[in-house]
Amino acid sequence: MAQITLQNLAHSYLPNPKGEDDYALKQLDHDWTDGEAYALLGGSGCGKTTLLNIISGLIRPSRGRILFDGRDVTDAPTAQRNIAQVFQFPVVYDTLTVRDNLAFPLRNRGLPAAQVAQRVQAVARMLGLEEMLPRRARGLTADAKQKISLGRGMVRQDVNAILFDEPLTVIDPHMKWELRTQLKALHREFGHTMIYVTHDQTEALTFASRVVVMHEGRVVQIGTPQELFERPAHTFVGYFIGSPGMNLLPARVEGDRAHIDESGTIALGRGYGGLGGRIEIGVRPEFARLSAHEGLPVVIRRIEDVGRHRIVRADLGGRPINIVASEDEPIGPDMTRVVFDPAHVGVYADGWRVEGSPR
Amino acid sequence: MNKPINNRAWFLVLPVLVLVAFSAVIPLMTVVNYSVQDTFGDNEFFWNGIYWFDDLLHSERMWNALGRQILFSAIVLLIEVPLGIFIALHMPKKGFWSSVCLVLMALPLLIPFNVVGTIWQIFGRVDIGLLGRALAGLGLDFNYTQDVIDAWVIIVVMDVWHWTSLIALLAYAGLRSIPDAYYQAAKIDQASRWAVFRYIELPKMRGVLVIAVLLRFMDSFMIYTEPFVVTGGGPGNATTFLSIDLVKMALGQFDLGPAAAFSIMYFLIILLVSWAFYTVMTNLDREEGPQ
Amino acid sequence: MTLELRGVSKTVGRQVHVHPTNLMLQKGTMNVLLGPTLSGKTTLMRLMAGLDVPTAGRVLWNGQDVTGLRVQDRAVAMVYQQFINYPSMTVFENIASPLRLLGRPRGEVEDRVRRAAALMRLEPYLQRRPLELSGGQQQRCALARALVKEAGLVLLDEPLANLDYKLREELRAEIPRIFEEAGSIFVYATTEPEEALLLGGNTATLWEGRVTQFGPTPDVYRNPVDATTARVFSDPPMNFLRVAKRLAQIQFGAGQGIPAVGSLAALPEGVYVAGFRANHVGLDRPTGEALEFRATVLGSEITGSETFVHLDHDGVRWVGLVPGVRDLAPGMPATVWVNPAHVFVFGEDGRLVTSSATSMAA
Repeated sequence: MAQITLQNLAHSYLPNPKGEDDYALKQLDHDWTDGEAYALLGGSGCGKTTLLNIISGLIRPSRGRILFDGRDVTDAPTAQRNIAQVFQFPVVYDTLTVRDNLAFPLRNRGLPAAQVAQRVQAVARMLGLEEMLPRRARGLTADAKQKISLGRGMVRQDVNAILFDEPLTVIDPHMKWELRTQLKALHREFGHTMIYVTHDQTEALTFASRVVVMHEGRVVQIGTPQELFERPAHTFVGYFIGSPGMNLLPARVEGDRAHIDESGTIALGRGYGGLGGRIEIGVRPEFARLSAHEGLPVVIRRIEDVGRHRIVRADLGGRPINIVASEDEPIGPDMTRVVFDPAHVGVYADGWRVEGSPR
Repeated sequence: MNKPINNRAWFLVLPVLVLVAFSAVIPLMTVVNYSVQDTFGDNEFFWNGIYWFDDLLHSERMWNALGRQILFSAIVLLIEVPLGIFIALHMPKKGFWSSVCLVLMALPLLIPFNVVGTIWQIFGRVDIGLLGRALAGLGLDFNYTQDVIDAWVIIVVMDVWHWTSLIALLAYAGLRSIPDAYYQAAKIDQASRWAVFRYIELPKMRGVLVIAVLLRFMDSFMIYTEPFVVTGGGPGNATTFLSIDLVKMALGQFDLGPAAAFSIMYFLIILLVSWAFYTVMTNLDREEGPQ
Repeated sequence: MTLELRGVSKTVGRQVHVHPTNLMLQKGTMNVLLGPTLSGKTTLMRLMAGLDVPTAGRVLWNGQDVTGLRVQDRAVAMVYQQFINYPSMTVFENIASPLRLLGRPRGEVEDRVRRAAALMRLEPYLQRRPLELSGGQQQRCALARALVKEAGLVLLDEPLANLDYKLREELRAEIPRIFEEAGSIFVYATTEPEEALLLGGNTATLWEGRVTQFGPTPDVYRNPVDATTARVFSDPPMNFLRVAKRLAQIQFGAGQGIPAVGSLAALPEGVYVAGFRANHVGLDRPTGEALEFRATVLGSEITGSETFVHLDHDGVRWVGLVPGVRDLAPGMPATVWVNPAHVFVFGEDGRLVTSSATSMAA
């Protein structure tokens, strides 16, 4: 196990990158703490897979260094980095049995047979693969194959980190729950550093203790799921995390008041002074509620019942706004106003969050 | 059962049936007819039963030709399959050079069989051939018209030159279908180059390789034009393969009866081997199970 | 315009892919087929389209038997999970292709393509080729092609499954709006209960080749007729518990019992299966009546605003979804409360005996 350090890291797929735009992964410095579970979250083309491949050694970065426990491994090939990786589509050796698949990485490293057998047995038990051990890997279901891929990573005791590249893509929804819980249990038990790449916010937030949100080749925020939800550092984080994402409204902020064109004025939880650039306020649908008496006027366009809650799609001064209402909360025809919880209204200048001062 | 059944559809198959009858069934029946008859000339035939077949089964000539044929097929398969895979493994995966390689590989496949024979016939000649002269210059005594080994060498080399590309191209197509993730996983598992080949590349190429081996086996088993042009079956009978022997018998000696029986046996052998291949292939598929 | 399946079934070899099914789909409706992989969704769609001929039963279009009619002779459009477009044509030509096949006049083609493109927000990309577009745009192009045909029946087979989460969310919100305007019969297959709820309309739940229930989506969600439907229509999975009602007590496990409160009080004595959804499990004592269970925490997952709690109750796995961030250590004992109004009680045969009270209200 190891701490992984990225220093001045950047990568471009072009031979002679010129401007910032040529970089698929923009300048990045970060320490991946030993034993922590991370998620790399972002849309397609945000650079998350590039970053993962740099850590695993499949790509050599154009700039910067990568250190494992202080040792420079920038030029070390994948095989020497002692990492394990689980891919989007299960990779198994079809012609081998499940047992031989699990033993494969150990035998390649020349471990004695007795030790191999003991490790394979232990990993198979953890993953619930014991009964399948003598079977050929070919023809197994996708989730069994994905467990084997995972097992091949876990079977080595000395792995520095386990990397996951959207590992649950081909798994059925109800099996996703089981596999994800199993991953968490394995993490608790062995304390490997885990890095999990995904575009699915639920997977990222539920798996990781710290989530790295990426957008257009840049890390926009690193934080716990709660931080990302309650205090998104960038409007992209607000949009990308939560469904529906955060509401954004252009506003003029004066002290602890925000004026929203034509609609009215709302209170903010903190005081702001001397703001420059394009100012918006951001508030999550969960922190907005409908009211009959107070707040800003809205026009309700549609109410979507998604089972455990309802999503109210409305117009506020010509801008779309989403409000989450709970399952058994009545929505009357007179509820034509929206109220925001002042403590959860954020202020953004040119897309970045401004931390105000306490009132 | 509500499935619509329309018997008129059978009329659509009729032209094909007629065509097959003319192109395959009628000639085949003629051959069967000849194989059970004998003649003293003047187009007068009489019933001969299975005499020709019996005769053939006890004919040393046929067994020798069959032995040579099997040996030839075995040698070319043993050389071409590994060599083809080896070439496929070392071909550039993408870019300009991969296109160049593909075109170069395809060249021998585009040359007509008799031209291939002529090329090698001239190429190997001691008096005017580049290869023949060069070997002579090196002090090697190489003469495929007189030496049995030399004759075999030139025919095998010619076949390898002509057909290895086919295996290489098929294997290459198989290799290209392997997702990158497999190679990456193997790197992470610290698999050796051999292990990557044995456990990833070979299993994934298996489907195309079975087809390649089947094609090459049938082709080499029926080879005629090239050795006929180069050695004419000689020296002596050293390179007289089944097809050359058959033609000698049928057209050279005009022994229609034995030749017809010979053809039918030849046909049955090919059918048997193809059936064996087919069975093996489908069994492999069944083992694969539902994906 | 209606599409009716009358006793339609499909058997391949000895395997039954779809059991005899009756369904009636109306004009201008969204019909979701919800079920796990291999539950028969795709087979059912193929039967509706005429790509497969049913083993038994009849398919009626506007009351007319179209069972043997080929797909080419029906007005059907289909969109698949993979993004299927003609790679060498521009987006405009792609969308226009079904109309060109029908030999429509130039002006009309132009007009209809522009309208479909506007609906799908593809106007800026009409001159590009599909491979120059993002995944979401490619799938919108395929959707536009299906729409432009103005086919009476549009079949969508997990059309959003290969898209990024966020894109999926946006298209899901757009799709019902598009349907309102189009007026065809839409059939949409998905594995995700949340998607079915977002799409609204009607839902047919499928399990092992059988349609277990068909009705308005929120209705099927809140009033599942049996335990199978409830299981199919719950993500995270529904929590189940074998119980016996005896002497005003709900008994379960080894000698544990709780007083039967709320709707459970009216239940006749006997053996039942109780089921409740993850979002109705509470970690704090509620103000009203509640069933109280003791369980062991297996782990917790935090989504930022909510926490999934995985529990072991008497050897059975439960999942709870509670608001806020709750960090619970694995192995820790936990007491959970469930409002009896949110409990479904199924008979031993799986049929619903009492429904949760929320559904009565709704």
